[in-house]
Amino acid sequence: MQRIGVFVCWCGSNIAATVDVKRVAETLGQEPGVVYSADYQYMCSENGQQLIKTAIKEHGLTGIVVCSCSPRMHEATFRKTAESAGLNPYMVEIANIREQVSWIHKDIEEATVKAIILGRTAIAKLLLNTPLTAGETGVTKRALVIGGGIAGIQTALDIAEAGYEVDIVEQRPTIGGRMAQLDKTFPTLDCAACILTPKMVDCAQNEKIDILSYSEVEEVKGFVGNFTVKIRKKARYIDEKKCTGCGICMSVCPSKKGLNEFNMNLNNRPAAYIPFAQAIPNVAVIDPEQCIKLKTGKCGLCSMKCEAKAIDYTQQDSFVERNYGAIVVATGFKIADLKYFNEYGYADNKDVITSLELERLMNAAGPTKGTLLRPSDNTHPHVITFIQCVGSRDISGCGKPYCSKICCMYTAKHAMLIREKYPDTEVHVFYIDVRTPGKNYDEFYRRAVEQYDVDYIKGMVGKVYNENGKLMVQGSDLLSNEQITIASDLVVLAAAIEPEPSVRKIATLLTTSIDTNNFLTEAHAKLRPVESPTAGIFLSGMCQGPKDIPETVSQASACAAKVIGLLAKDKLKCNPCVSISDDSMCIGCGTCANVCPYGAITYVDKEFRLGGGKTEVRRVASVNEAVCQGCGACTVACPSGAIDLKGFTTKQIMAEVEAVCKR
Amino acid sequence: MQRIENLMKAKAIELLENGTVNRVLGWTAGDFYYDNTPAIFNSKEEIEKSFVYNSFCGANLSKYLVKERKNEGKILVFLKPCDTYSFNQLVKEHRVNKDNIYIVGIECQGHLSIEAIKAKGIDGVVGLEENGEEVTVKSIYGDKTVVRGEVMLEKCLSCKSKKHVAYDELIIVNEMPEADSMKRFSKVAELEAMTADERFAFWKSELSKCIRCNACRNVCPACTCTKCVFDNPESGVDAKANADKFEEKLFHIIRSFHVTGRCTDCGECSRVCPQNIPLHLINRKYIKDINEFYGEYQAGADTESKAPLTAFTTSDIEPGSNLKEGK
Repeated sequence: MQRIGVFVCWCGSNIAATVDVKRVAETLGQEPGVVYSADYQYMCSENGQQLIKTAIKEHGLTGIVVCSCSPRMHEATFRKTAESAGLNPYMVEIANIREQVSWIHKDIEEATVKAIILGRTAIAKLLLNTPLTAGETGVTKRALVIGGGIAGIQTALDIAEAGYEVDIVEQRPTIGGRMAQLDKTFPTLDCAACILTPKMVDCAQNEKIDILSYSEVEEVKGFVGNFTVKIRKKARYIDEKKCTGCGICMSVCPSKKGLNEFNMNLNNRPAAYIPFAQAIPNVAVIDPEQCIKLKTGKCGLCSMKCEAKAIDYTQQDSFVERNYGAIVVATGFKIADLKYFNEYGYADNKDVITSLELERLMNAAGPTKGTLLRPSDNTHPHVITFIQCVGSRDISGCGKPYCSKICCMYTAKHAMLIREKYPDTEVHVFYIDVRTPGKNYDEFYRRAVEQYDVDYIKGMVGKVYNENGKLMVQGSDLLSNEQITIASDLVVLAAAIEPEPSVRKIATLLTTSIDTNNFLTEAHAKLRPVESPTAGIFLSGMCQGPKDIPETVSQASACAAKVIGLLAKDKLKCNPCVSISDDSMCIGCGTCANVCPYGAITYVDKEFRLGGGKTEVRRVASVNEAVCQGCGACTVACPSGAIDLKGFTTKQIMAEVEAVCKR
Repeated sequence: MQRIENLMKAKAIELLENGTVNRVLGWTAGDFYYDNTPAIFNSKEEIEKSFVYNSFCGANLSKYLVKERKNEGKILVFLKPCDTYSFNQLVKEHRVNKDNIYIVGIECQGHLSIEAIKAKGIDGVVGLEENGEEVTVKSIYGDKTVVRGEVMLEKCLSCKSKKHVAYDELIIVNEMPEADSMKRFSKVAELEAMTADERFAFWKSELSKCIRCNACRNVCPACTCTKCVFDNPESGVDAKANADKFEEKLFHIIRSFHVTGRCTDCGECSRVCPQNIPLHLINRKYIKDINEFYGEYQAGADTESKAPLTAFTTSDIEPGSNLKEGK
């Protein structure tokens, strides 16, 4: 028979204000198997832990239940406490009476009863616990970074700097990401390319970094320290090793109709192209949708002219499989679809553009060579109106509920740059609020207003329509409380940002969680912001939430620090809560291996005694405990009920259910 | 039908004598003309003496192969089209060893239900004479001719296919008309159209007839566990005292979940039920749901494909999106 101790924590007033902790301790003290119970102000404090240790020794406890906060907070603490008092750490159960009781209930009676029930549930489970021992696994000293924007680049550089190998997988033909598309960056107005491209070059030159461009993650197996990832290298129809990046294929390619994605589709590019001058790797790619040779079999001009003989029309997608200890998601963002915002006339008017399109129009490498011209007729615009929060902070359901965070600052930047370069222009900005928290940010915005005379109008825009070639922006000026219409030549929408859509698939592959806005969830919003809840998966940049460049770079480096911390370890403690199969019940049907995400289950032919000197050979499941991560998928899939999870056995869970239901 | 039986016997004897197989799994006569039973035949003499095939051979022989796996040598089995689905599913689950089995696929025009014949007022059946759609039932009280479609087993009325999905050779003399697949789910659709209360009342009334004879489990080709949860004192649900009369009927709910995604809809559960509970409808509801949620899937159609419930794809439906009124 077990001797159980119950320890009820007040968590200051966090629990004690809503739960009658004394009554919980007294009532649970009467439960069968419980020989000791106590309550204390802060069970996680040194004194609280000492109280537990003393009780374990004095009362000869064989297991303890701590009624406190979520096990995500202090389960590890109390396991260590128990271990130091000579108890097996898996003889500890936590009843979460804070997040699941005191924080969500107001009525003391109700909360106290629920706390008692949860305590009983933990006791019921603990009565069936058995001591478990953790094994160890090694760590593959190599990291994978998914996404080659500024976030991925910074994380990769920092990891490489610490001496570990890193692979960057980038779905586009070049690394650089969104930042490469920007013209100038706030609040210092230095050119994005000037500060980004040296980092891109560093990546290319760093012997610890391998860039897999035009590639996608196809399959992920394994677990923290030991991931195996299959990467699809999409066919670029160009031999990466031979291509010198001379650009002859681009100039001779007769197909010029492909939309230039790098320039936000504002102009066209050839079927054979290098996205931009500083692309890394500086290797061309052929767009199979546009290439005449690939579509009709006739042409082959680039192949004839290519001196390096790098063109290969027969190239197919290829696959590489590599092992990693850690995986970083740095998939970035895109501009949200504006299809629900017809009032701004984006779809109907060429001169209503997004801010990212404006970046390209103002960039010297852009479609207008940096001269600000209206897309419709290539004339110089005189009145430019910016509209902020297009699709951001939108609770109508058409847009995003969140603030995209970067728009206030880049709009101030755009307004300022236009006024600086074209003093003859008139610039208006419609805003809900101007949000400028950040070093030198508010100063920057004030410069736009005070020094550059940008007309900031507090209010929303109701409609943008075309009248005699002018874009009429109809909105309200809340400060003067009047309806105004501004006849503009160019309208720029600060459209909401959203996570790059491919992140959904990646989150699924990595079995990590995603929130309702498709941003990846961090392990703890405040205290573990760069780790995902899935061990070994880390988050860098916009995939986790809206961020500007300084914030992205800081977070990317923080992420690298976490990865380095993991890769620096030689051994990782395994989770002893792994699956175990009962040979006498297993029928070898193969279902568990089908559902196992870690490939931990194989089958063996075993000989069994039937009695009377007879034997039979049966195929049965065998779990590799070093590979099993204890997810439990097999235990629910097993049709025979032969497989069970140590520490979470079916019996333990049923005992918990019965304890919850018992009145 | 007699012709097919003769061909089957000849084939069995041929394969036994040329050493291809060392035993034969087929049907033998029971106490009555209509209760033919699965049986193993080890010699030409046994085949000649007691091998039977007529329209009362509805039993699915696939499951018997699980037990036969323990015995040495290759076995010949006669499988009707629907039985081959069960066979494939057993291969997929590694419950039978295909290399040690020789399958002869046989013609099936649909098998007869003695219950349906009795319902027509015919008792004391001693023989059959079949002529296409017409079946003359011979009884000790005289002959009576009925339409085949009116006296078939439920599983044959809603036949899912006339195509053998696994065989080494076929014995087919007459053409087998393709099944009307739409008909298969019509009763399920009726149940779906009920309100939750009506549906509960329907199942409560049906399942309350259950006498827990375990025939459905014992005949089910998907129920092949070495130790059934209901026979296992360790499981905590064996011979459990029931809080109310309906609780024991959870046996059927648990069992149907157990076979979901693996059930080929062979209909044996309903065929053998002495209380005539339409058990196949529970399974068929899950099959219909799987088809709707994950795309058409027929368990046992092959031996390689991944079953929708144990394979994840990014196009799987999101949890909760199926929670519509009345479903």
